[in-house]
Amino acid sequence: MAEVTNQELIQQLTEKFGGKIIGITEPYGLLTFETTKDVIIDVLAFLKQNTLASFNFLTDITAVHYPEKKHGIAVVYHLHSMVNRIRIRVKVFIDEHHPEIPTATTLWNAANWMERETYDLFGVKFEGHPDLRRILNMDDLGVHPMLKQYPLEDPNRVDKKDEYFGR
Amino acid sequence: MMNQPVYTDNDPQNELVTLNLGPTHPATHGVFQNVIQLDGERIVSGVSTIGYIHRAFEKIAEHRPFYQITPLTDRLNYCSSPINNMGWHMTVEKLLGIEMPKRVDYLRVIIMELARISDHIICNTIIAQDTGATTTFLYLFQFREHIYEIYEEICGARLTTNVGRIGGFERDFNEIAFAKINKFLKEFPVALREFESLLNRNRIFIDRTAKVAAVSAEQALDYGWTGPLLRSAGVDYDVRVSDPYSSYGDFDFEVPVGTSGDIYDRYLVRNEEMWQSVRLIEQALEKIKHEPAGIFHADVPEFYLPAKEEVYNNMEALIYHFKIVMGEIDAPKAEVYHSVEGGNGELGFYLINDGGRTPYRLHFRRPSFINYQMFAPMSKGMLLSDAIINMSSMNIIAGELDA
Repeated sequence: MAEVTNQELIQQLTEKFGGKIIGITEPYGLLTFETTKDVIIDVLAFLKQNTLASFNFLTDITAVHYPEKKHGIAVVYHLHSMVNRIRIRVKVFIDEHHPEIPTATTLWNAANWMERETYDLFGVKFEGHPDLRRILNMDDLGVHPMLKQYPLEDPNRVDKKDEYFGR
Repeated sequence: MMNQPVYTDNDPQNELVTLNLGPTHPATHGVFQNVIQLDGERIVSGVSTIGYIHRAFEKIAEHRPFYQITPLTDRLNYCSSPINNMGWHMTVEKLLGIEMPKRVDYLRVIIMELARISDHIICNTIIAQDTGATTTFLYLFQFREHIYEIYEEICGARLTTNVGRIGGFERDFNEIAFAKINKFLKEFPVALREFESLLNRNRIFIDRTAKVAAVSAEQALDYGWTGPLLRSAGVDYDVRVSDPYSSYGDFDFEVPVGTSGDIYDRYLVRNEEMWQSVRLIEQALEKIKHEPAGIFHADVPEFYLPAKEEVYNNMEALIYHFKIVMGEIDAPKAEVYHSVEGGNGELGFYLINDGGRTPYRLHFRRPSFINYQMFAPMSKGMLLSDAIINMSSMNIIAGELDA
């Protein structure tokens, strides 16, 4: 199997999606780029059916909360091409107050629980998801606990403050 | 109710039975709830509920320095804690750009492969147990005890091992540990061969497992399966080969692959992996003899916690100890994904560091969580008793499922 370089992939992606592919970096050799939520499913589908390296395996979906950014929630997709032994990371920054993004369950069934987990922990609403319920926490929790505004310890306790435990 | 899944509207005659299998049921070996709808003995539909032992590890990890996250990883797949521990250490080492001495890599291979054997012992003996073969379960399970004794000699703990440190091990393996490993390598193959001879060609066992819950390679990939489950479906993906870590590239071993993805193939794949693990440990012991003795950590004083007697008697060690414990080490502001081949599949760590004392974000890609989501859809049309062994053969570990 011929080696596929990150450069070739970037070139192919920018040819197809132009300015929608931004913020390209390669931390520790893993090609990372950002895109927007209106083309994310097209990008994922394009990568899945890619001719250079078919990223047909969805490794992971998760999210990161950056409260100080304008678009405060990053949904992060890790894809893997097992044949070419190459991974790729796709990020989409979405608005913290309207965290909506199309679902990837149309491409992979594996995305189902990954998205439910992300919804549970971050409140990201995956549009078109067949069964978007909480998965790890109880249904009436009311908050999405991985968002940074929620402290780890009970805020009413005086003996346990977050700063004693690091952050 | 909004959050209640609909599963009773296909029963106009009111003939179906709804059964709560779990959350604690002796046949499920863990805290799993499945509400299943039965037509006689056949499953019509099912809904899995998980999260019963969710402990918010990802949130806790955001409040802990790197070296205090290791005990959290113990409690993911607690049947093979050392693999999780090493996976986490290697993630941080990748972030910091630490190169390990070969001897440390080989020591890690030894303990990780012991962990893999113990994980597979649990899974395969429990498949046997659930098909009615109690003897084989009790017979091979004692070797898990022997593995725990080896862990105990290496790090003092048995189940939640917290073994190793960022930058190597906390101490070298002692003579007793090596003696116990050698004893294990002598005795375990005999028992495993006998275990196989009791089950591999056993008519009852084959009838219960072959062609049950068969999964095609396409389905397995679509549902994100990794590890022995994916390999039993015929995809030769193993992180140890695909992205070699901890010098796995130096070793000579094979990746067993099944064809049909049924329970029998999963059982065979796991058994063969135990043989390969034995081979790997033997090779590692041989390779260690050619490495300089006594090296059990990399020479990175700014990241590796110094020994206690050094801290008390040596000023530099005291300074480094203080800096590491107070979180004043300069880790690069970066994000890193590292994965290892856990007992159940690709165990990934996605770490974002913002230069603070603790990770900005840490996400565990937990193979049990991702593997388990196929359980309810694939149970449709299956006999209840088959679904039970199907769950056993998926080796879902509740700690890894819920994190």
